[in-house]
Amino acid sequence: MYFCAVIFGTKWCVSIDTKSNQLRAKLMDNNITDRMEKVHYRNLPSTLSFLWLALVLTFSVSQTTLATTVVLPAQAVDTAAGEALFKANCAACHKLYKKATGPALFQVGDKYSKEWLYKWIVNSQDLVKSGDAQAVAVFEANNGAVMTAFPQLSTADIDNILAYTYTPQKAPTVPTADVTAVPTTGGGLSNDIILVALALVFLLLVIMLFLVNRTLRHIAEANGVVVEETEKRTPIWKAFIQNQFLVLVAAIFLLLSGAYFAYGWMMQVGVDQGYAPVQPIHYSHRIHAGSNQIDCNYCHSSARRSKHSGIPSLNVCMNCHKSIAEVAPETLAEGQEFGVDYNNEIKKLYTAVGWDEASQAYTGKTEPVKWVRIHNLPDFVYFNHSQHVTVAGQQCQTCHGPVQEMEIMSQFAPLTMGWCITCHRETNVQVEDNAYYDKIHEELSKKYGVDKLTAAQMGGLECGKCHY
Amino acid sequence: MKTITNMKNSFRIAFVIVASIVMVSCFDSSKPNYQYMPNMYKPVSYETYGEYEIFPGGLEAMLPAEGTIPRGWQPYDYPNTTEGLNLAKAELINPLMVTDKSLANGKQLYDIYCALCHGVNGDGQGILVQREKILGIPSYADPGRLITPGGIYHVQMYGLNSMGSYASQTNELERWQIAQHVMNLKATLEGTPLLAPQSTVPTETVNMDTASGNAVAEH
Ligand code: HEC
Ligand code: HEC
Ligand code: HEC
Ligand code: HEC
Ligand code: HEC
Ligand code: HEC
Ligand code: HEC
Repeated sequence: MYFCAVIFGTKWCVSIDTKSNQLRAKLMDNNITDRMEKVHYRNLPSTLSFLWLALVLTFSVSQTTLATTVVLPAQAVDTAAGEALFKANCAACHKLYKKATGPALFQVGDKYSKEWLYKWIVNSQDLVKSGDAQAVAVFEANNGAVMTAFPQLSTADIDNILAYTYTPQKAPTVPTADVTAVPTTGGGLSNDIILVALALVFLLLVIMLFLVNRTLRHIAEANGVVVEETEKRTPIWKAFIQNQFLVLVAAIFLLLSGAYFAYGWMMQVGVDQGYAPVQPIHYSHRIHAGSNQIDCNYCHSSARRSKHSGIPSLNVCMNCHKSIAEVAPETLAEGQEFGVDYNNEIKKLYTAVGWDEASQAYTGKTEPVKWVRIHNLPDFVYFNHSQHVTVAGQQCQTCHGPVQEMEIMSQFAPLTMGWCITCHRETNVQVEDNAYYDKIHEELSKKYGVDKLTAAQMGGLECGKCHY
Repeated sequence: MKTITNMKNSFRIAFVIVASIVMVSCFDSSKPNYQYMPNMYKPVSYETYGEYEIFPGGLEAMLPAEGTIPRGWQPYDYPNTTEGLNLAKAELINPLMVTDKSLANGKQLYDIYCALCHGVNGDGQGILVQREKILGIPSYADPGRLITPGGIYHVQMYGLNSMGSYASQTNELERWQIAQHVMNLKATLEGTPLLAPQSTVPTETVNMDTASGNAVAEH
C-alpha cells in the first residue's frame, strides 16, 4: 500500500507492509539524492524526524498496531549519528586533529578508498593478515598497536562516522587568551585600590576638620571673642588611680582576660588546623572528587588496607590524563577565578612523568613532584587509616571535612588528642558482621549493661593504643 | 605635661592595636604553625612522604628497588603484548571460587576503580563519559570484544592502550574479584546467566588477608 505526498518540495511515499507491520518512508526526489553524496546534508535528519513525527501522529490514530521503522535512503549521511558512533566506539583511541593511540582521523576519507575503509574498520586485523600493503604499512607505522574489530558497524554507520571526520576544527576557545592576559592577582589588586582610596578620603576629612577648627579660632580671635578654656578638673586617670576598688576590679579583669587569651594562644601552638600550603601542582579536589565524583579510594587506594592513605603516584594520574590533556573551556573559565591556568598545571604533570604529547609515549625523563605534606601527627602517636575507614566504617569527610569542595587542600580537624578522644567516646564500634568482635561484644555489653559499645568502652582511651 | 601623657597613652593604645593585628595576621595558612619543644614530634627515622637529601630526588616516596617482590606475590608470566593478551584471554582462568563475599567485594572495588569510566552497569557510560571528559569507553557486551576472566585480569595488570594499569591500586586477590564482577555485568548486559555463588562456608582455598596483600593460594 502506498501513500505519496509532496512536502517541502520533496516527494514522499509511505509504504505500509501489512505483513511485517512495517512502515517505510521513501524519498523520491532526485535532486536531493544528488546532493546527498556530499557530506554537507546535515539538516536532513531533523527534517526527517519532524516529518516522521507528523506521520506517526497521523497513523497512530487509525492504526495503532503499526510497528514502526524508518529506513533512510541509502545515501543519506548523518553526521550527528556519526558523531555519536565516533564518541562511543572510536574516541578511546582516535582524536580528530591529534594523534592518540591511533592516528588523527581528520579527513581520513581522502587517504583511502571507501571499500578499503569499510574492510579496515570492520576488522583491521583480517586486512593486515591478508597482506594488504596499505594495511600493513599503517599497522607497522603504529608499532603494531591493534585496532579493535567492529563487526557491529554497518557500511551506513561507517559512512556516518567518516562524514563526521570532516568536521572542521573549532577556533581556539576564547578563555585561553584571557588567562594569559589577566594578571593573576586581578581580584586582590582592585580590592587594594579601593582600600587605599578609602584611606585617602578619610585622611582628607581629618585634615579638613583640623583646618576648619583653625579658621574658626582665627575668626573668633579676630572678632575678639574669648574662647572659654574648660576649667581644670582632676584628669580621669588620676581619679581612677585614686579609687582603689576600681583598680582592683580592673586588675582582676585584665589578669583574667589576659590569661584567657594567653591560654588560647598557647593551646593553638602546634595545631595546624587550616594549614593549606602551596602545592607544586595546583591539584583541585573540587574538580576531581567533587564535580567528577572520583572516589577517594581511587587515588588514596591504600586507605582501605594500611596505616597511611598515601598520596597517589603519578602513574595513577596518567590513567585518566593520558586522555585528558586539556580541560573543557568551562573548567578553564572556573580556573581563572582562582588565578590558575589549569591546562598549564596538566603540562606540569606531563613534564613530571615524562609524557610526550606529540608522540603519545613516555620519554623516560621524570622529575619528582614534591607534594607538601599537610596532615602530620607527632612521631609518638599511632594512627591507622584502615582501622578507621575499613573496620570502623568512618567517612573520610568526618575527619578531613568537605574535601570535595576544596580547591586547595587544607587541614580541617585540629588533630589534637582531645579531638581523637572525643570521637572515641561518642562513636559506636561496628560489631555487626564482624566475627572478630562477637565474643568481646557479648562480654563487654554485659559488663557495661549497654547494647552498643563506643570505641572508648572497647579500650579506645588506653594510652598504649595511641602512644607507643 | 598633660598633652605629653595623652600622647604617650595614644602611642600605647596604637602599639597594642598594631601588635595584636600583627599577631593575628602572622597566622599564615601556607606555613605550619609553631611547635613547642618539638623534640619528640620529629621522628628519628625517615618519615613517610618526608623530604631528605639522602634520597635521589630528595623524596622518601620512591619506587621499590628493582626486583622487589611483595609478600604473597605470584609471578604473572603473560607479557604485555597483544599476543600476551590473546593468550591470557584463551587460557588464563580465575582461580578464585565464586562466593557471595567475593562478588560483593568485587562490586565494591569495581565501583571505586572502574565504574567512573565503564559505568556501574558496564555499559561504557560512566560519569566521566557522561560528562564527556573521556570518550569511547567500550561496553562489555560489544560483539567485537572477547571478554574473558583472563583477559580482564590481564587488562587490569597492564592496561590496554588508553586504559591504564590498575596493578598499583589493587592486589591479585582484588583483581580476580573485580574480574568476577565484570563477568557478571557482561552476563547481565547480554542476558545470560550470572555466576552462581558456591556455598559461603569458608571452604575457600584463598587467603582473604587483604592487609598483607596478594596471596592467592594454589589449588
Ligand atoms: C583500540 C583502539 C582503537 C579503536 C577503538 C579504534 N581504532 Fe582505528 N586505529 C587504531 C590504531 C592503533 C590504528 C593504527 C593502525 C594499527 O596499528 O592497527 C588505527 C587506524 C585507523 C585508521 C587508519 C588511519 C590512518 O590514518 O591510516 C582508520 C580509518 C581508523 N583507525 C578508523 C577507526 C574508526 C572509524 C574507529 C571507530 C569505529 C576506530 N578506528 C576505533 C586503534 C583504534
Ligand atoms: C584524582 C586523585 C585524588 C582523588 C580522587 C582524591 N585525592 Fe586527595 N589527594 C590527591 C593528591 C594528588 C594529593 C596531594 C596534593 C594536595 O595535598 O593537594 C591529595 C591530598 C589529600 C589530603 C592531604 C594529604 C596531606 O598531605 O596531609 C587529604 C586529607 C586528601 N587528599 C583526602 C581526600 C579525600 C577525602 C578524597 C575523597 C573525597 C580525596 N582525597 C580524593 C589526589 C586525590
Ligand atoms: C579518574 C580520572 C582522573 C584521575 C585519576 C586524575 N585526574 Fe586530573 N582531571 C580529571 C578530570 C575529569 C579533570 C577535569 C577536566 C575538565 O573539566 O575538562 C581533571 C583536571 C585536572 C587538572 C586541571 C584542574 C586542576 O585540578 O587544577 C589537573 C592539574 C589535574 N587534573 C591533575 C591531576 C593529578 C596530579 C592527578 C594525580 C594525582 C590526576 N589529575 C588524576 C580526571 C582525573
Ligand atoms: C578517623 C579520622 C580519619 C578518617 C576517617 C580518615 N582520615 Fe585521613 N588522616 C587522619 C589523620 C589523623 C591523618 C594524619 C596521619 C599521620 O600523620 O600519620 C590523616 C592523613 C591522611 C592523608 C595524608 C597521608 C597519610 O596517609 O598520612 C591522606 C591522603 C588522607 N588522610 C586521606 C584520607 C582518605 C582518602 C580517607 C577516606 C578513605 C581518610 N583519610 C579517612 C584521619 C582520618
Ligand atoms: C570519627 C571518629 C574518630 C576519630 C576522629 C578518631 N577515631 Fe580512632 N577509632 C574510632 C572508632 C569508631 C574506632 C573503633 C574501630 C574498631 O572497630 O576497632 C577507633 C579505633 C582506634 C584505635 C584502635 C583502638 C583499639 O581498641 O584497638 C586507635 C589506636 C585509634 N582509633 C587511634 C586514633 C587516633 C590516634 C586518633 C586521632 C588522631 C583517632 N583515633 C581519631 C573513631 C575515631
Ligand atoms: C585516641 C588516641 C589517644 C589516646 C588513647 C591517648 N592519646 Fe595522648 N595524644 C594523642 C594525640 C593524637 C596527641 C598529639 C596531639 C598534638 O599533636 O597536638 C597526643 C599527645 C599527648 C601528649 C602531649 C605530648 C606533647 O609533647 O605534646 C601527652 C602527654 C599524652 N598524649 C599523654 C597521653 C596519656 C597519658 C594517655 C592515656 C591516658 C593518652 N595520651 C591517650 C592521642 C591519644
Ligand atoms: C580511565 C578510564 C578507564 C577506567 C577507570 C577503566 N577502564 Fe577499562 N577500558 C578503558 C578503555 C578506554 C578501554 C578500551 C581499550 C582499548 O581497547 O583500546 C577499556 C577496555 C577494557 C576492557 C576490554 C579489554 C579487551 O580485551 O578488549 C576490560 C575488560 C576493561 N577495560 C576492564 C576494566 C576494569 C576491570 C577496570 C577497573 C579496574 C577498568 N577497566 C577501568 C578505560 C578505562
